[in-house]
Amino acid sequence: MNALAQQLILGVLLGGLYGLAAVGLSLVFGVLKVLNVAHGELIMLGGYGTFWLVTLLGIDPFASLLLVVPLSLLLGLGLYGALFAFVVRADEEARVRTSLLIGFGLALVLHALAVRLWTADERSVVTPYGGAVIVLGNLSIPVVRLMSLAVAFVLIGGLHLLLTHWRWGKAIRATAEDWQAALLTGIDVRRAYLLAFAIGTGLAGAAGSLVSVGYSVSPSIGLEWTLKALIVVVLAGLGSVIGTFVAGIFLGVAEALSAAVFGGPYREVVGLVIFVVVLVVRPRGLFGR
Amino acid sequence: MTRLAKRRELGWAVAILLGLAALAFLPLAVHRDDVLNFVFLILLSITLAESWNIVAGYAGQVNLGHAAFFGLGALVGRTLWILGVPIVLAMGAGAAVAAAFALIIGVPAFRLRGAYFAIGTLALGEILRTTVGNALSEISTLPAATIAAYRLSHRYYLALALAALSVIVVAGLGNSRLRLGMQAVREDEDAAEASGVGALSLKLIALVLSTGLAGLAGGLFAYYHISYYPSHPFSPSWTFDALLMTFIGGVGTLHGPVLGAVLYVFLKEYLAVRWVDFHLLIFGALFISVVLLLPGGLVQAAERARRFLGR
Repeated sequence: MNALAQQLILGVLLGGLYGLAAVGLSLVFGVLKVLNVAHGELIMLGGYGTFWLVTLLGIDPFASLLLVVPLSLLLGLGLYGALFAFVVRADEEARVRTSLLIGFGLALVLHALAVRLWTADERSVVTPYGGAVIVLGNLSIPVVRLMSLAVAFVLIGGLHLLLTHWRWGKAIRATAEDWQAALLTGIDVRRAYLLAFAIGTGLAGAAGSLVSVGYSVSPSIGLEWTLKALIVVVLAGLGSVIGTFVAGIFLGVAEALSAAVFGGPYREVVGLVIFVVVLVVRPRGLFGR
Repeated sequence: MTRLAKRRELGWAVAILLGLAALAFLPLAVHRDDVLNFVFLILLSITLAESWNIVAGYAGQVNLGHAAFFGLGALVGRTLWILGVPIVLAMGAGAAVAAAFALIIGVPAFRLRGAYFAIGTLALGEILRTTVGNALSEISTLPAATIAAYRLSHRYYLALALAALSVIVVAGLGNSRLRLGMQAVREDEDAAEASGVGALSLKLIALVLSTGLAGLAGGLFAYYHISYYPSHPFSPSWTFDALLMTFIGGVGTLHGPVLGAVLYVFLKEYLAVRWVDFHLLIFGALFISVVLLLPGGLVQAAERARRFLGR
């Protein structure tokens, strides 16, 4: 019973990161109708950003977010200008398809580049307080992962405020709702696309930073994180930031439960099965609001 | 297709098959295992790329779970072969299992359109890979007696036959109503349905042909390698290789995937001498430029060059 409760706590902590990883993908998909399957590779880059800042400069990993997020935003601007600005010119059906292929190519390039630059080794950030735990009865909560969950929650709350109160945040939501109507009301749709893509990349970078602290990064984590984010997006549907975060925690808990029932190695399978079932039962439903 | 294009495609089919026939004499002329291994890789890649091309190029369904069928072919083929079944029968059984699995998952999977089909099949492939990796975590090695009797030339000729078979299957589709129907589904599924084309059955036929060939290729892989992890042929990189070769060569054409496969293996082997996985960087970048600038791949580039030179 105790072991199960412990697993569930770890599941919630990991699920918060799934939520953060998915929010960026969901924003980009909802607004641009672009399915960026290189999202996991962007997370991987964020992870390496924090790893190197901590290793080379000795910055605290949570403070490194202040550098990693702006750099990721810039990377997002660059990627949009170089690749995805061409994709959004097409109609919606072609957009999803083309972006899937472009994202796939980008994922390959980023993966190969990371292997060249940083080798295929698995790395994780070492901090003085890395081993600290909070003990609650028989349960122990790793401090670093708890802090990661808190940071994820703050970022997602911040995004929610941005989208509801900031001028451009409202423009982004209007574009997601109906880009033609948004265009008619004088919204610069292209700029809304650019901003949404940059914010999505920034969130991926932040998620990567947190992954490198509590867990580990290697060049090949991309596909796994892309799949996790896709599963959460399919579960949550589009349009709700908080809902996506909750769905992420749900996936973390579901994985922990399945690991307890079927054994650790099958924890990856449960999310994928949920994903396939939801997709097939509601082929467009959950995705297309 | 215009009559000229048809004749040109037939010409390509004949040229490729003649080239493959010429390769049959290679083991007699060259007694170097490295050369035969290299050509073997090209032949396996041609089969894999053409098989993927049937469902993605002709029927327009980007199947990102192709490795699952390659893996099933390898798993079933290897198991039966080690149990003593002749390799050709074992490979046939592997292909049958792969195609049967395709039929089972095809009906629900084809409820998904476009990119949703792609990510759905990607997830299916990963489910199979993880399950096989967990259930069969031991490395699979051939019995000593089989290793002692190993002849590279047997593998080579089987690969040659498979590559020829895949080219013949795709060329056979060339003039048929099947292909016209598949292309109609690819261009606009609703319009195809409205004009009396049974989209689902056509997509299923394409998937069965495609996965059957992939299953055979998996069986060949199992026959070729002395030892490997059973989950290795399920790795998504097999799907990605097929996708890259097909798109860079020219998706939806007969000779594009063959050109792509030859180029891919050459570059991969050449670059691997110096830098591991460097070919993925180059092919990833090449692939992005193909998708953005030249959707018809090398085949289209050659077409444009020919027009530019005034023919």
